[in-house]
Amino acid sequence: MSAAPRTPLWPGIAAAALVTAFAVAFMWAENEWEVIGVLAAAAVAVLVARRSGWLAPAARAFETREPAMNRVALAALLVFVAVFHGDHFPLLMVGTVLVYFTVCLGLTIQFGYAGVVNFAAAAFLGTGCYSAAVLAAHSAIPHLALIAIGGAVAALVGSILILPVLRTRGHYAAVVTIAFGLLFKTFLEVNDTLGGPQGLKLPSMRLLGMTFNDNFSVAGVEFSFYMHYVLAALALAVLAFAVTRRLERSWIGVSLDAIRLDETASACFGIHIARWKIVAFTLGNFMAGAAGALYALMLGFIAPTSFTFGDSLVMVSIVLLGGIGNPWGAALAAAIVVVLPEKLQVIQEYRFLLYATMVILVLLYRPEGLLPRPLRRYLPGWRPQ
Amino acid sequence: MDAGLLAQFVANGLMLGMMYALVAVGFTLFFGVLDVIKFSHGDVLTVGAFTGYSTYLGLKLLGAADPWLQVAAVLVVACSAMALLGALIARYLVMPLKSAPALNILLATLMLGTVLRESVRLFYPDGANPKRFPRLLPTDAVALGDFNLRLDSVLLFLGGLAVIVAIHVLVNRSKLGLAIRAVAQDEETARTMGINFTLVVLFTFALGSAAAAFAGVMNGLYYNEINFGMGLWLGVIGFSAAIVGGLGNIYGAILGGFLFAALQTVGAVALPFASAYKDVFAFAVVIAIMAWRPTGLIAEKTSERV
Repeated sequence: MSAAPRTPLWPGIAAAALVTAFAVAFMWAENEWEVIGVLAAAAVAVLVARRSGWLAPAARAFETREPAMNRVALAALLVFVAVFHGDHFPLLMVGTVLVYFTVCLGLTIQFGYAGVVNFAAAAFLGTGCYSAAVLAAHSAIPHLALIAIGGAVAALVGSILILPVLRTRGHYAAVVTIAFGLLFKTFLEVNDTLGGPQGLKLPSMRLLGMTFNDNFSVAGVEFSFYMHYVLAALALAVLAFAVTRRLERSWIGVSLDAIRLDETASACFGIHIARWKIVAFTLGNFMAGAAGALYALMLGFIAPTSFTFGDSLVMVSIVLLGGIGNPWGAALAAAIVVVLPEKLQVIQEYRFLLYATMVILVLLYRPEGLLPRPLRRYLPGWRPQ
Repeated sequence: MDAGLLAQFVANGLMLGMMYALVAVGFTLFFGVLDVIKFSHGDVLTVGAFTGYSTYLGLKLLGAADPWLQVAAVLVVACSAMALLGALIARYLVMPLKSAPALNILLATLMLGTVLRESVRLFYPDGANPKRFPRLLPTDAVALGDFNLRLDSVLLFLGGLAVIVAIHVLVNRSKLGLAIRAVAQDEETARTMGINFTLVVLFTFALGSAAAAFAGVMNGLYYNEINFGMGLWLGVIGFSAAIVGGLGNIYGAILGGFLFAALQTVGAVALPFASAYKDVFAFAVVIAIMAWRPTGLIAEKTSERV
C-alpha cells in the first residue's frame, strides 16, 4: 500500500498564504492607484507562476489532498478576518462574498451539475430576504430559524416554476426564469405590504441572548459587530460547500452530470430525470433563500433594487467566470466580482457592463472559466492520463 | 363598460400586438436559420429606438423641420443601423459559438443584451432617464362617440402591418426567401445546393433586427417615451409570443403577438386588482403558457435525433 508518495501539501498552503496576503494588501489599499497597483502585482504574479509551472503543484494539492486543503482555505479566511477584526467595511465585504458564494453554490448544483438554467437567482435570494424581514418584524421566531425558513420559502416559491422548468428545455426554460425574475422585482415595487420601492428594515439578529448589532470585546480586543454575521455566513457557506461537495461526489452527482450531458441516454439507463431535476432546482433555491435570509439580517435593510435581473446575471457570471461546476472557482469569482467594484469606485457604475463583457470574452475564448472543473475521480489516487 | 372605452382598449391591444409581433418575427427568423435564440434582440430594439431619437435630434439641429421627412429619416437610419448591428452580432458572436453548447449561446447573447442596455444607460447623454420621443405623426383625431381614433395610431398600425407583410412576401415569394427557408430546413443540403450560408444567415439577422428597430421607433412614437430598459421587457414578451405561436413559424409569431397583447389587455381590464399589477400579470401569463404549451400552440415540427 501507499506505493506512490502522497502529493505534498506545502504548495497548496503556500498558494493559500499568498492569496491571503494579497487579499489583506488589497483591503489595506487606500486610494485607487494603490488598488490598481496591488491588482497589477497579482496579475503579474499569476502570470509568472503559470509560466514557471508553479501553479500545477498547488492545483494538484487542492485536487488530491482535499480535506486538508479545505481546512487550509478555512484557516486562511479566518486569518484574513482576524486581521480586520475591528473594521466594519472589510468584514461586511467578507460577509457579502460568503452570501454570494452560498447562492452560487446553489446555482452550481442547478446548472453546473443538473443543467437546469436559472436566471432568477437574485429573485430567490430576495425571497429569502423578504421572508426573513417580514417574519422578523411580525413574529417571535428565533432568528436562527429564520435562515432555514428563508430557504424553505424560496424552495416553495421555486416549486411554482418546477412544472414549466421541467416541461421546457434550454432557451425555453431560460425564459421562464427570466420572466420570473422580472415578475419578482415588479411585484416588490408595487406591493405596499412589502414596503414597495422603499423596502423594509430589519431588527438586529439575536442568538442565545447575544445581540449581533453590538460591538463586543474578547480578552480586551474590540471586535466589529459584523464579526457575528461573518461567522454566521461562514458557517452557512461551509455547510453549503460540504453539501455541494458530497452531492457532487455521490451517485446523485453522477446522475445529475449524466442528465446534464444527455437526457435521453440517462433516461435509457433508468435515471429518473424529473426527480433529480426537481431535487437540484429545489436544493439550489433553498441555498439561495437561506443565504438571503442571513443577508437581510446582516444588512438590516432591503429594497427591490438589490434583486434586479442584472443581479441575477451577476450571479450567473460568477459561476461562469469561476468555471462551471467548480465550487472553488465560484469562491474565487465571487470574491473578485463582489469586492472589486467596492474597492474600485470608478467601476461601480459600470460593473454590469464590465461583467457582461467579461463573460462574453470568457465564453468566446476560455469557456471552462478561471478554475476549470477537474475530471471526476472515481478511485483515490487515480489521475487522468 | 361602454363601447367607446372598449374600442379604446381594442385599439391599444392591436398596437401592442403589432409591436410584439414585430419582435417575435425576429426571434422566429433567427431560430429558423440557426436554431439559436438571440436574447439580445430586445436590447437591439432599445438601441434602435435611441438611434431613431438621435436622428431626430440631429435633423432638428440641421433645421429639417418637415415631420414626414423626419419620420422617414428616423425609420431609415434606425432600421439600417440595427440591420448592420444585427449582422455584426451574428457574424462575431453567434456564428463563432454555433457549435458550442446551447447554454453558452444563451449566456453570450444575454450578456450582449446587458452590454447594449448598460451602454445606452451609461454612455447615451442622460441615458438613465426616460427620453421624450417627439410626436412626429399628425395627431388629428376622429371622434367616434367616446372613442378617439387618432390618425398617428392608424398610420403606425398600417406601417407595422406593411413591414410584416413585406417580410412575409420576402420570405415566401422571393428567391432570397427561398434560400432562407432552405437554410432553415437543412443547412448542409442548402450549402450543397450552392447557397451562401453565411450571407443568408447575416441577411436574416439583419432583417429581424431591422424589424425590431421598427418596433422600437413605433413604440417611441406611440407612447412618446423611450428608456433603456424597454427592450428587455419587449424582448421577453416578444420571445414568449414567438414561442406561443411556435418558433420558426412566421404566422405563429404574428398570432402569438396579438394573442399575448389580447391577454394582457383583458388582464388589465378584467382583473379585479389594481392595474399596477399588469406587468406582474403579463409575466405570470408567460410562465403559465410555457407550462401549458412548452413548444407553442403551433408546435415546432422537429423530432429529436439521438
